[in-house]
Amino acid sequence: MNAAPLLRVTDLKKHFPVHRGLLSRVVGQVYAVDGVSFDIARGETLCLVGESGCGKSTVAKTVMRLLAPTAGTVSLDGVDISRMGETELRAHRRQMQIVFQDPYSSLNPHLSAGAIVAEPLTNFELASGEELEQRVTSLFERVGLRIDAVKKYPHEFSGGQRQRLGIARALAVKPSLIVADEPVSALDVSVQAQVLNLLIDLQEEFGLAYLFVSHDLAVVEHIGHRVAVMYLGRIVELAANADLFGNPLHPYSEALLAAAPVPDPELRRERLVLQGDVPSPMTPPPGCHFHTRCPYVRERCRTETPQLREVKPAHWVACHLRPVGGPFGQLTQ
Amino acid sequence: MSGVAGDQDVVLSVRDLRTHFLTRDGAVRAVDGVSFDVKRGETLCIVGESGCGKSVSALSIMRLIPENVGRSMAGSVRLEGTELTTLSERQMRAIRGNRISMIFQEPMTSLNPVLTVGAQIAESLRIHQRLHQRAAWERAVEMLAMVRIADPARRAADYPHQLSGGMRQRVMIAIALACNPQVLIADEPTTALDVTIQAQILNLMLELKQRLGTAIVLITHDLGVVAETAQRAIVMYAGRKVEEAPVAELFRNPLHPYTRGLIDSIPRRTAAGRRTNIRGRLQEISGIVPSLREEIVGCAFAPRCSYAVERCSLERPGLDSHGPAHIAACWEAARVAGEAARAAPQ
Repeated sequence: MNAAPLLRVTDLKKHFPVHRGLLSRVVGQVYAVDGVSFDIARGETLCLVGESGCGKSTVAKTVMRLLAPTAGTVSLDGVDISRMGETELRAHRRQMQIVFQDPYSSLNPHLSAGAIVAEPLTNFELASGEELEQRVTSLFERVGLRIDAVKKYPHEFSGGQRQRLGIARALAVKPSLIVADEPVSALDVSVQAQVLNLLIDLQEEFGLAYLFVSHDLAVVEHIGHRVAVMYLGRIVELAANADLFGNPLHPYSEALLAAAPVPDPELRRERLVLQGDVPSPMTPPPGCHFHTRCPYVRERCRTETPQLREVKPAHWVACHLRPVGGPFGQLTQ
Repeated sequence: MSGVAGDQDVVLSVRDLRTHFLTRDGAVRAVDGVSFDVKRGETLCIVGESGCGKSVSALSIMRLIPENVGRSMAGSVRLEGTELTTLSERQMRAIRGNRISMIFQEPMTSLNPVLTVGAQIAESLRIHQRLHQRAAWERAVEMLAMVRIADPARRAADYPHQLSGGMRQRVMIAIALACNPQVLIADEPTTALDVTIQAQILNLMLELKQRLGTAIVLITHDLGVVAETAQRAIVMYAGRKVEEAPVAELFRNPLHPYTRGLIDSIPRRTAAGRRTNIRGRLQEISGIVPSLREEIVGCAFAPRCSYAVERCSLERPGLDSHGPAHIAACWEAARVAGEAARAAPQ
């Protein structure tokens, strides 16, 4: 790795206290994110994938400093922003922007579309007057919205158009990183394809890096360069796209890939169907968090937490059954 | 009653179903003339995007759309020869949940939060099968065991909020199947669930279908679910059926440009199981779905269709047969099929 990556997250933790009773005493912690580390290079897409409650959205929000981390650091361009005060942070905020899942609730209904996109520009005093107008128009053009749409209000747009509006707003301040939290999950497939294509085009044009959070493996496989699979607050596997989808090494990644329905009726697959539910992040199981559902579980997995190790070049796995250097064949029960 | 051969195989027959909602700005044609048959023990998928009328079709079949919302309905729904549309509400109640039942997307909101799950399963057994309290409860516990809930006797006394999303959907399935219906309509039953839980629930539904011989009408937006569960599929667009075919045929030889567009727009894993790191563009369907408030002349998909010719916006295409059990509503179906064959890799 050369120099500092655009984003470096080191041992990030975010715990939420659980209050109960008349005096709201803290009775426990939700270990939403429990020691997560990764890098994102300029122009790269890193996908965070996992099921609900695995902590992927919390990672996104903590990276954006919409949530304060419990522990760990987030460095943007070599500068640690995880403990910065709000005023100091402001200067760095311009570099990273977020696009949310729900294009309905993440746009101010009282502002016109033009005002929504202009707001970050005036906020950071990047443009005013005629220049502002021009910038807004060119952003609308760039994301595929009609120019006369600047006067419309969010409720007048369809879901896909609103998501384009959200992307235009994020793009306005020319960030180097866009955090996208399930940006296409609320959209129909035909519209989803439009938005994914737009995101890929924008990345090529502006050299954007994406932290792309999704539960949809097909979307992740399409848009990602690298993927991190999360389970109960931890990354269990981190690898280049082709490696992860071609040869998943963590039993959970394997199960996740096997569970996703494939739109090809002629492909009959041997399915590994996991039993049971995801345990509560308030009381995660000891040892490997996945041991309660893992078909290959060994005694050691119940007590000893596996570390995320680079078992082969650029392929990281947290599993006792995957020693560094291999073998990487099919595990047996 | 009817003497046509093969008819005894059809459990549910829907003909020219129309559900329009009357609003101040005019009628919304949510379902606009949909017909299909469901055969005994088969899984039929109805697939389409938001607003295509798939859920309203299901609710109309179940007669679950309240009359006071200003709706107008027409058409015929026959369940094993019984016409459901003309039944009184009381007669319909004796059939709903008994001979035909439905499960919904959101299991939390469709379960009663103040009753134990055992009581909710037992309720339908007491009403429809006239079982006594005790017998109904015992049968409810058996049903929970059948849908693979661990420790069913104890779980029966739990309230919905004490269960996970996947377990709640299992309870919904137990309620729906308690009286052994001929038809189960499942409206996006796994959309709110995580993929590993979705796999469990789909497996369970298919296994119970085999065991009980229930026909399943599975409503979904997910073509992956269609490919892995159904024998036949119906594609809906803007309140109408645009294509119907056996599933393998539908994916191999889609004849309606909308079906083709849907199949091409999903990011998918290549047949070899991996793709290169070069990210290709996804096929998009440009534009958005039409408003259902306006009377659609011609084909509803024409404004978004790359195959459209002048005729498409003037004349509504009928559902024509294109081979065994394959029908499509497209004037240019032959051209679509020809181009697809040429585009195929071999």
